[in-house]
Amino acid sequence: MFAACADPKAIEGLTWALCYLTSGKHIDFYWSFVTVLLLLALTAPAALAMGFAGAIAARSRFLPVSLLGKGYAAIVRGVPDIVFFLFFVIALDQAIEWTKHQIVCPDWTQPIRQGLEFRVCPQAKVPLGSASAFWHQAYGFGLAVFTFAIVFGAFAANVLYGAMNAVPRAQLETAEAYGLSQAQVFRRILVPQMWVYALPGLSNLWMILIKATPLLFLLGVKDIVYWARELGGSKTQAYEYPHPDWRLWYFVGLLVFYLIFTKVSEIVLARLSARLNHGQATAGGEALRKAAA
Amino acid sequence: MNRHLTDQKGDLRMKKLLLATALVAVTGAAYAQDVVRLGTEGAYPPFNFINDAGEVAGFERDVGDELCKRAGLTCEWVTNEWDSIIPNLQSGNYDVIIAGMSITDERDEVIDFSQNYFPPAASAYVALSADADLKGVVAAQVSTIQAGYVAESGATLLEFATPDETIAAVRNGEAVAVFADKDFLAPIVAESGGELMFVGEEVQLGGGVGLGLRESDTELKEKFNAAIQSMKDDGSLNALIEKHFGPEAAKF
Repeated sequence: MFAACADPKAIEGLTWALCYLTSGKHIDFYWSFVTVLLLLALTAPAALAMGFAGAIAARSRFLPVSLLGKGYAAIVRGVPDIVFFLFFVIALDQAIEWTKHQIVCPDWTQPIRQGLEFRVCPQAKVPLGSASAFWHQAYGFGLAVFTFAIVFGAFAANVLYGAMNAVPRAQLETAEAYGLSQAQVFRRILVPQMWVYALPGLSNLWMILIKATPLLFLLGVKDIVYWARELGGSKTQAYEYPHPDWRLWYFVGLLVFYLIFTKVSEIVLARLSARLNHGQATAGGEALRKAAA
Repeated sequence: MNRHLTDQKGDLRMKKLLLATALVAVTGAAYAQDVVRLGTEGAYPPFNFINDAGEVAGFERDVGDELCKRAGLTCEWVTNEWDSIIPNLQSGNYDVIIAGMSITDERDEVIDFSQNYFPPAASAYVALSADADLKGVVAAQVSTIQAGYVAESGATLLEFATPDETIAAVRNGEAVAVFADKDFLAPIVAESGGELMFVGEEVQLGGGVGLGLRESDTELKEKFNAAIQSMKDDGSLNALIEKHFGPEAAKF
């Protein structure tokens, strides 16, 4: 990056440290923090949407829809995360390619499954074999967001389902007495009031989601834990910056990052909780009223 | 000339399309590949590692690039963790494994190998002291021939996902010794300042290191076999071995 870094083995001290910390590999490491933050920024709303859909489905009076909503939450919550991240993603990837294969290569005569091999026509590869490395990474990242959204959506569905049922019946009855339709009651009374009951559960999910991001590596996305392990491992003279095992320091760095991140999350969630409790007929709302008085 | 081309354009496009369809339909697996994706581990110096610029480097980077040049292929490097390197080849995430993978009968049952581009080499034990008990806890990387050997040797096998962790396990006392390719261990022992040393007998394992390919990719395999042979014949492969492994390394 700097001219002084041209020959890393000749420099030492502060210059060496500066060059070391700005090597191409370290820049990749710093970008991986952005990757993780981006994953969270995309996954959280996606999971919430999945959860919301799941909760509404579970509450449906039409049995098949209700079973679908409840089944989704029950099955995904019951399958260990690691199994989900190892097998579901491969299955999803193959399902996408299989579907594309049926569309773009209808004349293909070879079997797709050849023993252990999964072989679609080259035009059906997603992304195409000729695509740049960026698209391969973006595709992997997209699969990761989708998988995280499904897994965390199932938990969110359960939380939101419970929260919807926790809104006092009297509130809904009053709305009905005013002549509001079912949809209006849902939109104007139930949903605005349920958040206060959902927030503790959702904030737990958010914290778990933050800590689950290292699972990204299982999906082929190089995350901060991968880079910390790769950079920290002892390096021989084959590398430009040989050093002994420094993994401890990199992991301490990650520890600090995660602690700061979860601390900031806690502060934001506490404020959100205070705001949602405001004026509510709950113990939290009562405590706020007394504190103000 | 120009006009002629314009006149022919539509016809040409049609022909191209027909040709492409015919190629796909007739030859099946042996299609014309645009880009060959080379999958490596990126954690096994000097065979393959991620250099400080964040790129794949090492012996296999040089060999792979040269082989692709000779075979007239456009290649792209991909890293994948060792543990799932064979399943990801089979599901088509990349087309070739070039990751210091020794040719063994077990692996040959699920994938195909090119001829070797690195001769059968010795595996060795490394420990903190010369009197280390090689029947005690011995570290090796998961799914390697060395791990298989340790399991059968009567020692307690301790497996790790990456080669680096096997060395760390010996340094922190988790294992009494590590068993791995001697060519991987040699620079680590040399640079440890006397902390680590080779112990016990060297063992010859496997049939050398070859490229791993899907069993259905016979045409690609033949291209690489020819390219490897040409590198063996003109001595450029030996030169690369010497460049990365030193003058004492086994050559062809």
